[in-house]
Amino acid sequence: MERIPILRIGTFLLVTIQVDMHDQLALTLQEDLTSMIARVSAGGVLIDISSLEIVDSFIGRTLANIASMARVLDATTVVVGMQPAVAITLVELGMSLPGIRTALNVESGMQYLRDTLADREDEDDWRDYSPQG
Amino acid sequence: MVIMKTLLQTLQDNGDRIVADWTHSLRSATQRKDLLSERDLESQAADLFKAIVKVPAETKISEFGSPAWRPVKDLVATLSVSRANLGFSPTETALFVLSIKPAIFGTIRQEWGSDPDRLFSEITVADSFIDKLSLHSTESYIGGRDRVIARQQEDMLELSTPVVTLWDGIVALPLIGTLDSARTQVVMETLLQAIVDTNSRVAIIDITGVPTVDTLVAQHLLKTITAARLMGAECILSGIRPQIAQTIVHLGIDLQQIATKAKLADAFRLALEQTGRRVTRIDGAQAAQAAKAAKAAL
Amino acid sequence: MTGETTVRKAETIPIAESNDVVRVRQQVRVLALEVGFSLVDQTKVVTAASELGRNTLEHGHGGHAEISIIDNGVKRGIKMSFRDNGPGIADIALAMTDGYTSGKGMGLGLSGSKRLMNEFELTSEVGVGTTVTVARWK
Repeated sequence: MERIPILRIGTFLLVTIQVDMHDQLALTLQEDLTSMIARVSAGGVLIDISSLEIVDSFIGRTLANIASMARVLDATTVVVGMQPAVAITLVELGMSLPGIRTALNVESGMQYLRDTLADREDEDDWRDYSPQG
Repeated sequence: MVIMKTLLQTLQDNGDRIVADWTHSLRSATQRKDLLSERDLESQAADLFKAIVKVPAETKISEFGSPAWRPVKDLVATLSVSRANLGFSPTETALFVLSIKPAIFGTIRQEWGSDPDRLFSEITVADSFIDKLSLHSTESYIGGRDRVIARQQEDMLELSTPVVTLWDGIVALPLIGTLDSARTQVVMETLLQAIVDTNSRVAIIDITGVPTVDTLVAQHLLKTITAARLMGAECILSGIRPQIAQTIVHLGIDLQQIATKAKLADAFRLALEQTGRRVTRIDGAQAAQAAKAAKAAL
Repeated sequence: MTGETTVRKAETIPIAESNDVVRVRQQVRVLALEVGFSLVDQTKVVTAASELGRNTLEHGHGGHAEISIIDNGVKRGIKMSFRDNGPGIADIALAMTDGYTSGKGMGLGLSGSKRLMNEFELTSEVGVGTTVTVARWK
C-alpha cells in the first residue's frame, strides 16, 4: 500500500509530502504519524508541504487533526513551507487553520521546536527544584 | 454606388504633384519637428499615398471593412499608434491624414472643373474615403494610447508595491494611495512572495499613505495577514491614522488578532523584539567614537 | 461587446474513487496552464475542482466531471461541471452555508468553491442528482 515516509531525527519526526495526495493517502498518513509519535515518544512533528501545489479543505482538516492528535500525545506540530498561492487560496476557501503552528521552512520549523522543547525542559528543571517538586 | 475607380486613376496620373502639395502643406501646418523629422514625415506621406493608389479599382467606399482596404488601414494604424507613443495629440495625428484633402481636391478641380456634376461626385468620393481614413487614424491612436495607459498602470502597480528589507528577516510594505481589489491582489502576492524570497519571519504593512479603508480593503488586508500566518510569518499593521481607526471601529471590522502599531518605527521595534533583538542607546564616549569613524569614512 | 461563449476544448472524467479526484485536479491544472492563468488563479481553480470532485464522490456517490476551456471572444476561461445521480440536496441555501456539512467534511466545499470561482450554478433534485457548474475567467 502507498505510504508517505516518516523520517525520525532525534526526538522529532519529519514528513515531506511530495505527492498529489488522494484522501485515503492523507488518512493513512494521519494514522501512521499518530502511532509513530506514541511509539517513539516524539516531542515534535514537522510536516513539510513546500512541494504541495494545493491544500484543499480535506488536506487542511487532516493537518489540523494531526496537530490536535499530536498535542494530546504531548508533541508539537509545525507545518512548514506553505507556498504563497496555496496560502491565498486556502484563506479564500475559508480555512485559516488557527490551531496550527507554521514556519517558513524546515530549518526555522526545527528551530522553533528546539526552542519550545528547551523551554519545556527548563520548566521541568524548575519543577524538580521547587519545594513542591 | 460609390467606387474608387475614377478617383484612383486621377490620383495615379497626378501622383507626384499630389505628394508634393501634401508634403508642402504638412510642412507649413502645425507639425512637431521635435517628435518627428521632416524627412520621416515626407517618407510616411509618400508611403501612405503609394498604399492608397494600390487600392483595387472596384473597391467600394461603403465596404471599409473589406480586405481591399486592409493595407491602407494597417499603415494608417501603424503610423497613428507610433504617433500616440511619441506623444502627438489626437488632432495632430488626424491632421496628417486630413491634410491630403486640399492636394486631392485641387487635382480633381483641375480634371473636372468644367463638369460640375462630375466634380461634385468625385469630390464626394475623395472626401468620404479620407474622412474614413482619418477616423480610423483616430481610433488607432486611441487604441495605442489605451495600451500605453494599460502598460503604465501595470508598471505603476509594480512600482507601488515596493517590499523593502528593514533587517535580516524583517520586510516592510509601505502602501501609498487607494487600495482597490485588483491592486490589493497584487500587493498580497508581492508581499507573500517577498516573505518567501527573503525568508522573513516578520512583515510590516504600513498604511500611513492610504487615505481610506473600507470594509473590502480591510478584508483584503486581513486575508493577506492570515495567508502570511499560514506560511509561517507574522504581520504587523502600522500607520493607522485616527480617522481610519474610527472607520474600522464603526464598520465593526475585527482587528483583535492583528498586531497594530501607530507608527512604522513602533512596528519595527516590535518586529526586532519578535526576532530576538533590541535597539539600545550606547554611552556618550562610544557614540562620539562612532560619529568620528563615520566622518573618517567620508 | 461580448459574444457568445464558445467551448474550445472539453473532456469528461468519471469520478468513482478518490484517485479520480486527483486525476480531475491534474487535468484541470493542464487546462488552466493552457488558458494562461497566473499561479494563484491556477491554484484557486484546481482547489475548487478538488472540493467539487470530492462532493461528487462523497455526497453524490460518484458521477463525472466535464472540464473545458471557454472563450467569449474577449477573454478565455475554464468551466467545470460536476454531475452525480445521488440523493440530491433538499435545502440548497443550507448546503451553501459556510460550515454546514451533511458528511464528515468541513462544510466549505460548496461555499468555498463559490468564492474561488467567478461563476457558480447549482441545480439539484432530491432523488435525481446534483449538478454544480463553475467558471473562472482569466
